[in-house]
Amino acid sequence: MKPIFIKNGRVIDPAKKIDGVMNVVVENGKISAVTSAKKIPEEALVIDAKGAIVAPGFIDLHCHLREPGEEYKEDIESGSQAAAAGGFTTVCCMANTNPVNDCTSVTEYIVNRARVCACVNVLPVGAITKGLKGENLADIGDLACAGAVAISDDGRPVMNAMIMRHAMEYAQTFNLPVISHAEDLNLRGRGVMHEGTASTELGLRGIPAATEETMIARDILLCGLTGSRLHIAHVSTAGGVEMVREAKKLKLPVTCEVTPHHLTLTEQVVHGYDPNTKVNPPLRSENDRRELVAGLADGTIDAIATDHAPHDITEKEVGFEGSAFGMVGLETALPLVLKLVHDKKVPMKRMIEALTIKPASILNLKKKGTLAAGSDADIVIFNPNEPVTIRASAFKSKSRNTPFDGWRLQGKVLYTIVGGNIVYKS
Amino acid sequence: MRLTQPHILSINDLTKKDVLTILQTAESFKEISERPIKKVPTLRGKTVVNCFFEDSTRTRMSFEIAEKRLSADTVNISKSGSAMQKGENLLDTMRNIEAMKPDIVVIRHSISGAPMMVAEAIESHVINAGDGMHEHPTQALLDLMTIKEVKGRIQGLTVGIVGDILHSRVARSDMLLFRKMGISVVVGGPRTLMPIGIEDFGVTVCPNIREAIPSLDVLMMLRVQRERADENLFPNLREYARYFGISNETLKDAKDDMTIMHPGPVNRGVEISPEVADGPRSVILNQVTNGVAVRMALLYLLIGDGGNE
Repeated sequence: MKPIFIKNGRVIDPAKKIDGVMNVVVENGKISAVTSAKKIPEEALVIDAKGAIVAPGFIDLHCHLREPGEEYKEDIESGSQAAAAGGFTTVCCMANTNPVNDCTSVTEYIVNRARVCACVNVLPVGAITKGLKGENLADIGDLACAGAVAISDDGRPVMNAMIMRHAMEYAQTFNLPVISHAEDLNLRGRGVMHEGTASTELGLRGIPAATEETMIARDILLCGLTGSRLHIAHVSTAGGVEMVREAKKLKLPVTCEVTPHHLTLTEQVVHGYDPNTKVNPPLRSENDRRELVAGLADGTIDAIATDHAPHDITEKEVGFEGSAFGMVGLETALPLVLKLVHDKKVPMKRMIEALTIKPASILNLKKKGTLAAGSDADIVIFNPNEPVTIRASAFKSKSRNTPFDGWRLQGKVLYTIVGGNIVYKS
Repeated sequence: MRLTQPHILSINDLTKKDVLTILQTAESFKEISERPIKKVPTLRGKTVVNCFFEDSTRTRMSFEIAEKRLSADTVNISKSGSAMQKGENLLDTMRNIEAMKPDIVVIRHSISGAPMMVAEAIESHVINAGDGMHEHPTQALLDLMTIKEVKGRIQGLTVGIVGDILHSRVARSDMLLFRKMGISVVVGGPRTLMPIGIEDFGVTVCPNIREAIPSLDVLMMLRVQRERADENLFPNLREYARYFGISNETLKDAKDDMTIMHPGPVNRGVEISPEVADGPRSVILNQVTNGVAVRMALLYLLIGDGGNE
């Protein structure tokens, strides 16, 4: 493996409080140094990052790779390529596959497939309950031993509070955070978009903010009761952000994430009935969106996660009400969140922190999320100002379900490096 | 020799002196069970009623044999086959028994606090043979006797108690008694089976018991009920055995003389592997032998020899 010397880039590593023009030296798959020294190792590949930002490779806490079982819309190989194209060097894939990742054999399958065909690090998230049915605990200890980094029934909530409590307590033995998809299925009912003026105008059943807020409240209280680490997935409500803010004031071990689409879009975009705007949790009001951005800016929201949810065109071309929920996100994340930076809503450092060291610490990943010497050489080099036009047809993902096709934004990934190997080059 | 208490309901009621008296008496009674004629006339003419309203093998037999070896008259009642099936409640049942003038009533019940309620209502001496999830004082005493016998001392020992502490009356009585006598206690097991406030018992909670094993002199394994998996307290018994059970492999870093105990009944292959249960560290069967001696001691100390009130 040749060494790499990345020169002249603006290195931003929030974990080490670095922000300045420095050189990054990569040897044997690890970061050797971040330095102003100009010595280039022998036979090194030299990358000139002038005008670009050099950061730890992005870590996506939340994506769906659909393998095993739904390889027609994505698989570990294509999902990893989409990740690399988006600047992500580590992704965490959720357990709602077919079969569900609730036992050793499925976790081992994913780990082995990733070893063979993924160009980025793929870390499995195991299920909380068997089959995601919410009735019996999954083999949580075995999942941890097989390589799961967290547990979540994402896609579904754990409706039974006693089971959620027990899962949170039991997971402590194995030091696994519990990721909550906070949704009360009864309140959601047959809703397909945010309940508000837009849903009334459009004649679509709504999903009120309370659907999420009641469960965030419940899970925060269980966190207080059990002392277990709780991470709230895809926060979409102002009320949810406020509850997390209060919980953090009480020093509860709660963290949360937000998606780029919730930071960018509101219920208004559903006018026109584009099924690619159908997502769970739904795109909500402008006030919710503003509070999510403010929450990201002030650190209440720890991390940005894509909730990359590939769907085949046949699952989206059936009218809004019948469409599957979800949109892809790995290849649109960076330009979308950079828009907040360019609009001066979120500082660049905070954005990078939310994609690097924060996800790493939530999952207890050593040697990731930072460019500190000795860390894994997972690096992204991107030009924050270069204009890009989102072209779904050019996605590395197998799926095209995005409402951002044609959007003109800024921010282009130039290189993605994983373990000292270049896995994407624009 | 007498105790400060007319009943044996909870370890909390016993003083250190009571405990030492009981151990000393039990040690001398143990010898009786070794004789060819296992009988002394100590409690001749006394009546003891065993009211076991919850299933038991060990404890019930142990009490009955202890009573008979002391020459007491024994009567056994249980829930099935009694008028309780016709709707007679506990207090009425006990008052009716009381009316037949027993000297001691031994009660096991599935409701925490039942023996205390009975002791307030009747005149006889009451021994708690296990109430709900609350206490099992005679078990703790035989556990202590076994520890003293095997280790040669009580001072300076560290005992680990591992398993379903939440539902265990044995764990509660053991923790209270060991702490009373100055033994250090470490508790472990799945967090779902660890009750809130356990530290108030003066014990150390060890999140990963494997790490605590090298420091233990005694390891007490508790039974895990198969039904607990259905209650979603852990995924299944296989996982329980793998991460919270003990085997020769998990004990490889233990002290050479670390002792293994278990109150029984043992779930072989779940909390304890067969090799360990049957192996050289195990004193599980010694516990059972000592159970008879401890119960003989308690019966004697309540009403024997100069025990006319």
